[in-house]
Amino acid sequence: MNGTAGPPTLLVIQLTGGNDFLNTVIPQANSLYYDYRPSLSVDQDRVLPLNNEIALHPGADAFKKLYDQGKLAIILGVGYPNPSRSHFLSMLKWHTCEPSKPTKEGWLGRVIREFDPNHENVLTGVNFGAGLPQAVVSRGVPVTSLANLDNYGLMHGISDQEKALQQFKQMYGPTMGAGPVMEYLTETGLGLVAGAEELKLKVPDSYESDVDYGSSEIANVLRDVARIHLAKVGTRVFYVNQSGYDTHAGQMSAHGLLLRDLSHAVTNFYQDLEKQNEADNILTLVFSEFGRRVKDNGSGTDHGAAGVAFLIGNSVLGGLYGEYPSLKRGALLNGEDLDHTYDFRGLYATVLEQEMGLDANNIVGGTFEQIPVIRRQ
Amino acid sequence: MSEENDLALYAHLMRRAGFGASRSELKNFASQGYEAVVNDLVNPENLPDVDEDLINRFHRVSFEGKWLYRMVNTRRPLVEKMALFWHHLLATGSSKSNHHCTAFDQILMFRDLAMGNVRDVLTAVSKDPAMIFWLDNQENLEEEPNENYGRELMELFSMGAENYTEDDVKAATRAFTGWSVVSIIPGSTPYGKYPTTFNYVSSHHDDGAKTYLGEDGRFNGEDIIDIIVRQPATARFIARQLYTFFVADEPAVATWNEIPPRDADAIDTIAATYIKTEGDMKTILQVLFNSDFFKEARFTRVKSPTELVTGVLKLTGSARTLRPGIGQYAQAASVMGQNLTRHLTVEGWPTGQGWINGGTLNERVNFAVDEVTDVNQEGIQELIGDLSSLGASLTPENFVNGCLDLAGQVEVGDETREGLLRYAESGNALSFDTTSDREESEARVSKMLQLIVSAREYQFN
Repeated sequence: MNGTAGPPTLLVIQLTGGNDFLNTVIPQANSLYYDYRPSLSVDQDRVLPLNNEIALHPGADAFKKLYDQGKLAIILGVGYPNPSRSHFLSMLKWHTCEPSKPTKEGWLGRVIREFDPNHENVLTGVNFGAGLPQAVVSRGVPVTSLANLDNYGLMHGISDQEKALQQFKQMYGPTMGAGPVMEYLTETGLGLVAGAEELKLKVPDSYESDVDYGSSEIANVLRDVARIHLAKVGTRVFYVNQSGYDTHAGQMSAHGLLLRDLSHAVTNFYQDLEKQNEADNILTLVFSEFGRRVKDNGSGTDHGAAGVAFLIGNSVLGGLYGEYPSLKRGALLNGEDLDHTYDFRGLYATVLEQEMGLDANNIVGGTFEQIPVIRRQ
Repeated sequence: MSEENDLALYAHLMRRAGFGASRSELKNFASQGYEAVVNDLVNPENLPDVDEDLINRFHRVSFEGKWLYRMVNTRRPLVEKMALFWHHLLATGSSKSNHHCTAFDQILMFRDLAMGNVRDVLTAVSKDPAMIFWLDNQENLEEEPNENYGRELMELFSMGAENYTEDDVKAATRAFTGWSVVSIIPGSTPYGKYPTTFNYVSSHHDDGAKTYLGEDGRFNGEDIIDIIVRQPATARFIARQLYTFFVADEPAVATWNEIPPRDADAIDTIAATYIKTEGDMKTILQVLFNSDFFKEARFTRVKSPTELVTGVLKLTGSARTLRPGIGQYAQAASVMGQNLTRHLTVEGWPTGQGWINGGTLNERVNFAVDEVTDVNQEGIQELIGDLSSLGASLTPENFVNGCLDLAGQVEVGDETREGLLRYAESGNALSFDTTSDREESEARVSKMLQLIVSAREYQFN
């Protein structure tokens, strides 16, 4: 942790749909890769080598640059035992560290509660997107959720907005025994008013920066994340998602574009923060709910198991972490899927303890092996 | 209070089986009797349809806009609600193919099969071009199977996760090989791509022996569906989906294997009707709406964006005439998280509490507040007329109660009621005697409606 920067902050980017590990971080020297992927293997002269054996997909060119700068850590073969090929169930596992147990909360919901136990700042956790991921959900913990920073604000279409907000707050008074949904609605309503007020106050209306993020959706979202981070409103956890990774068909073109948009957006995000000297205290974790099938299906891939995660930031010791899962038929799960070599809960624990300064056991539900990926200050 | 006179009960029925009803419509229903009204709902041919010719004339209005118009104006609301139910469950997007006209054909198919049979719906959707594109089944070939549809058909559309094995996924996948579409004739603006239809390519079909859910045979897609619809897991899954959609919110579908239903008896009743009738929706819905568990489930669901938007439109009366610009209401539902005809992910939309977070609540409240501001809208003028006929001058209590009643039989708790009363008491008694009285009163009615639609309780159905 850097003494002059703000408190350690985490940005989680969820790649929704199941990012194809095998084509993102490519075992280019392994002939089995080409055998399994007659339609989808990436040409050797297009890949971006990280060493003699492993290369990045050409779409992730901006990640290659970050890797060369030592700011990108690639965690190979992340997953968990008895993996599920269901989007729902696997994502829920990553969000809660447990399969759908009814009382389990999101791991980040717990983190937000650690940072703000008395719920004093509704902006402690900020999610971008139309749905609230289970990862940030925790009973009684308000989370700010936005689609778009500029449209965030209640009653801004009517003339007596001040008065209307007052009345709204009074009507959303505490309610006894009206049930958990009404409670949740009440928290959300009051949190919305408080959060919008604070954001309006602190975040400048127009974004001024000479970093051109481009216009992809993930870039637009990360630009809004930067605006909020720079406004120093006390946000410790940001959650965003990029969808489209469920590439059952047409993967050759689709996947490269997604990786390009992702890697460029993340690079621009950090460049933007660097210019204001605010890049040091924010760490980015990129994950997906599973990797994909080792064999391609002709134009894409079906659901698989082990995947890849990334860590980006100034406190990251860049490089390759973990062991590339074996491609030998005998080593594959059910003869079809890459078996994980690193439990994702260890990655969470690494981030929680080494960067965020929190005790990981209760948050991830146990003790898991960590990796030495964070620079000691 | 006898059922016949209980407008609140009919309001509840019409909010769930349709998109709401005005006070005069409710009185009309009450005079017919509850079972008779339910009977008309499940036998839509008993009542006239919306004028198709009129709708077709509005060439430039989006399909979604027209669908909202239907929802608000139809006398066969359960048809539209069932189309929405299937559209919700059999979530199909078009972002990959961009062949969006097929999405509209799919909705028309759901509407046609609204009172039909689950087997017919699953068969039709397996042959539906929008679904085939969405889950890549045109790429599902004997020599190169693609598991997307074979998996999601069971996990998301009929049985629920973990009620089948990975081998079953493979068998279903093989059975659906060759279920493809006719090549699309590319088109350009303003009509875009031409619609397409199902095409069975036998040369791509794997007709070998398969074992599926414990049965053996050289199954084709129809056989898979036959087996699926007979499974107890299907009866329970569809029952619980119907319960969530029509009766009360269940938790997220992903947790259903861990969290039991809140009313196991209700699910059993619905599932038993499914089994007895082999999935006949007409009978299942009739049993559901006539049950006590339904009648008693007041305001136990969070409104979906479509229900919120149509409810507001019923209140303001601003969608009684089809007009260009009505598509903006579909846009409004979209920013609240429900993009009609266009799912973004295969898991589809949330339910219940999942619709609500800071961002969506922002949109929901702002939309409703903005819409009720203009008192000159037909529906609000009628509401004001009804209010003024309650008396020459209204006490604060009557002002509040009158508005809650006319805004859709809205029921509120103490904090909200205090807030509404406080506002009513902050001015003179509501009166419509003179022109200037009327002007002032109309403005106050608008404000009262703004308060009502921004209240917590308004988020519930």
